[in-house]
Amino acid sequence: MKLDINGAIREVDADGDMPLLWVIRDLLQLSGTKYGCGMAQCGACTVHLDGKPVRACVTPVSSVGTKKVTTIEGLSKDGSHPVQRAWAEADVVQCGYCQSGQIMTAVALLAKKPEPTDADIDAALSGNICRCGTYARVRDAIHLASRLHRGAK
Amino acid sequence: MTVSRRGFLVGTAAGAAGLVISFHVPNLVKAAPKEAQPLPSPNAFLRIGSDDSVTVLLAHSEMGQGIWTGLAMLIAEELDCDWTKVNSEHAPAAPVYARAGIGIQMTGGSSSTNGEFDRYRNVGAAAKVMLLQAAAARWKTTPSKLAVANGVITFGDKKVTYGEVAEAAMKLAPPKTVKLKDPKEWKLIGTQVRRLDTPEKITGKAQFGIDVSFPGLRTACVLRPPAFGATLVTFDGAEAMKVPGVEKVVKTANGVAVVAKHFWAAKLGRDAVKAEWSAPEGGGASTEKLLAGFRELAKTEGTTVKDTGKVADKLGATKLEAFYEVPYLAHAMMEPLNCTVKIDGDTCEIWTGTQFQTVDQMAAAGILGTTPDKVTIHTTFLGGGFGRRANPTSDFVAEAVIVAKAAGVPVKVVWTREDDMRGGYYRPAYVHRVQVATDKAGMPEAWHHVVVGQSILAGTPFEKFLVRNGVDATSIEGIAESPYLENTKAKHVSLHSPKTPITVLWWRSVGNTHTAFAIESMVDELAHKAGTDPLAYRLALLKGKPRFARALQTAADQAGWSTPPPAGRARGLAVHESFGTIIAECAEVSVEGGKIRVHAVTAAVDCGTAVNPLGIEAQVQGSIVFGLTAALHGKLTLEGGKVVESNFHDYPVLRMFEMPKVSVHILPSDAKMGGIGEPATAPIAPAVANAVFALTKQRLRTLPLRLEAT
Repeated sequence: MKLDINGAIREVDADGDMPLLWVIRDLLQLSGTKYGCGMAQCGACTVHLDGKPVRACVTPVSSVGTKKVTTIEGLSKDGSHPVQRAWAEADVVQCGYCQSGQIMTAVALLAKKPEPTDADIDAALSGNICRCGTYARVRDAIHLASRLHRGAK
Repeated sequence: MTVSRRGFLVGTAAGAAGLVISFHVPNLVKAAPKEAQPLPSPNAFLRIGSDDSVTVLLAHSEMGQGIWTGLAMLIAEELDCDWTKVNSEHAPAAPVYARAGIGIQMTGGSSSTNGEFDRYRNVGAAAKVMLLQAAAARWKTTPSKLAVANGVITFGDKKVTYGEVAEAAMKLAPPKTVKLKDPKEWKLIGTQVRRLDTPEKITGKAQFGIDVSFPGLRTACVLRPPAFGATLVTFDGAEAMKVPGVEKVVKTANGVAVVAKHFWAAKLGRDAVKAEWSAPEGGGASTEKLLAGFRELAKTEGTTVKDTGKVADKLGATKLEAFYEVPYLAHAMMEPLNCTVKIDGDTCEIWTGTQFQTVDQMAAAGILGTTPDKVTIHTTFLGGGFGRRANPTSDFVAEAVIVAKAAGVPVKVVWTREDDMRGGYYRPAYVHRVQVATDKAGMPEAWHHVVVGQSILAGTPFEKFLVRNGVDATSIEGIAESPYLENTKAKHVSLHSPKTPITVLWWRSVGNTHTAFAIESMVDELAHKAGTDPLAYRLALLKGKPRFARALQTAADQAGWSTPPPAGRARGLAVHESFGTIIAECAEVSVEGGKIRVHAVTAAVDCGTAVNPLGIEAQVQGSIVFGLTAALHGKLTLEGGKVVESNFHDYPVLRMFEMPKVSVHILPSDAKMGGIGEPATAPIAPAVANAVFALTKQRLRTLPLRLEAT
């Protein structure tokens, strides 16, 4: 089947019920999207389908169809996306494992709500677990990204 | 990043003439441990490229705690190089990277920065001397006539960069002694420095163990015993072999591995294996029964840890007595365990996120019947560690070696979340029984403390170092030496270390996770019994302990202790020392819908020299989150030897909506440098429990904290 991933059409040979996560990681060698729970509990596998955040670990590849898949690798080539820049400025990462998912969720939130409140952040990001406990700086970075984005306009 | 590139860097660095500089780093430190230390091999800690890049080789693993940046800062401070050209890389497993005094290459005990403070600064200072010598030779002058800043050496109007003289410097003998900078001269140490691993970690490029990939590599999932104490009787892999992509089914030491083209096939195959297991003895471990047994045991005297005598005389009828309990806990790092192994003749390459390189190296060598030097370990980034990846039995590495050997192909063994959570090596459950007799002023006169819980170190190679006279230091750390008991003349502490089939391990801040809870809860109970303000009571006990008193006072002041909290909220305090660092925390809580909500945590930190305050703040925030998960949620339950919980739906961890506002106050301190990766974990549970008592008058003595229905 064909998948539209990060702006390129890729051909994959996979069973339809194989989760998108493993197609991305093991068949397409895009390892920035992480496995954390396999049951949509932790958000480490968050990617965008047509701009909307989904948990790739419970998304059968057959359900993707022609939707555009965006992974962390598709956000920018060099970390220059405003959310990534805010992440660097706020010094968010620790072990880093959950951060692709956190960033993808944050990007989707900001697309929907360019000036999110703390309550918006709680609602959108509570599906993304971080065991290192970077939550405070994730919140700071989202507010900062919102300001960066507005400043850029 | 592909494996081959990484292997290339490590494998050929020494041979790339002109591109790299190798430094011998003799033992230059006067204060260094006295035992003879082997000279580090060339290229051990630092490479300077002809492009002026500075690569720091880390003897420890980056698992979130920030040493990728912190250890590089130590070298860069003395080297006076251009910080924008500095990056880090994990060192291979080799004796030169062993921790002084321990003899193994490891990451733990919150010791990477304080343990390497001298060695890494010495590397930078020695390198600078050699580079200056090389530049001086080029200009036929003496090093003392040269100036250096930001990796550029100047002599009058002549200038040369470090990269330009690196090759010549490499050929010089390293200095026998170096003079380190006076702290007043520090330009980097003590400043807020952002992390060097950010670019990789915000773009998905950072390579964790689970991301390792190379041609011919297969993925395996392993069927492990369903219960502690169960052993494999027979298995049938026929159904597994029918799963498209599955290539092999092989036996492990006590399980079955399914080797496939990718994870999904391996998992489906593993789930299709039919296996018969022996029933665990006595019906299998049950946490309910175990804890009931621990409670009974706590009523009896264990192995003596500390005894001043006269405790029994003083413990009269007026004593306060309480039992405190904590459950088994999983580490639940975000990256489930995994390990990649490639065997080639009598050599073996391993890629994994480990905290225990040389221990794993020996385990692999033992299985393969070879010597440790034939086992190469490539340390990837660790998607969290918290102690789980420092296993004296090397469980996840040894198993992967067995699978790769049996399968005859390179294999990456990946644990599912359920495998990881049910795979053992937990923070042990403990029961504390504390009895305290007080004087007329309500101050403790006699303190009797019995601890019951499994020994982490019994049966491991560490037993001979850390288990003395039958007492595992990790079971009781923080009790007898509690600053609160300084003036309590009659003390008796004893320990029971019952054996169970459940495997246990250190978990962020180790014994302090439960000892701080028991001590700080009891001190709070005593303060309330005496009718004294909990801060004033503690400060009275801490009279001879100014560092503790200052930390506590700061946390309380910054939290607004002297002013009432907002309506419906209350505050609680705790202070505890672990890994050489004192941390006081004040928690502000409310109860909403019968649930405890933590709104704010104010922390005061005395860790001695603060190398990177930005990183320290992150570690304190993170440790508080980790400790709050244990305080509010964490609990593993066993029935019939099986772990009931399996994933984040039934083993919840703190999420964004529960995140309190955390403020961190780093105290200026001349004290010996302590650790920072763990110490903020321990005080949070008692601080929250004490706040809950202030609010509700319910004294919660069991973790996770659960309010009685009202």
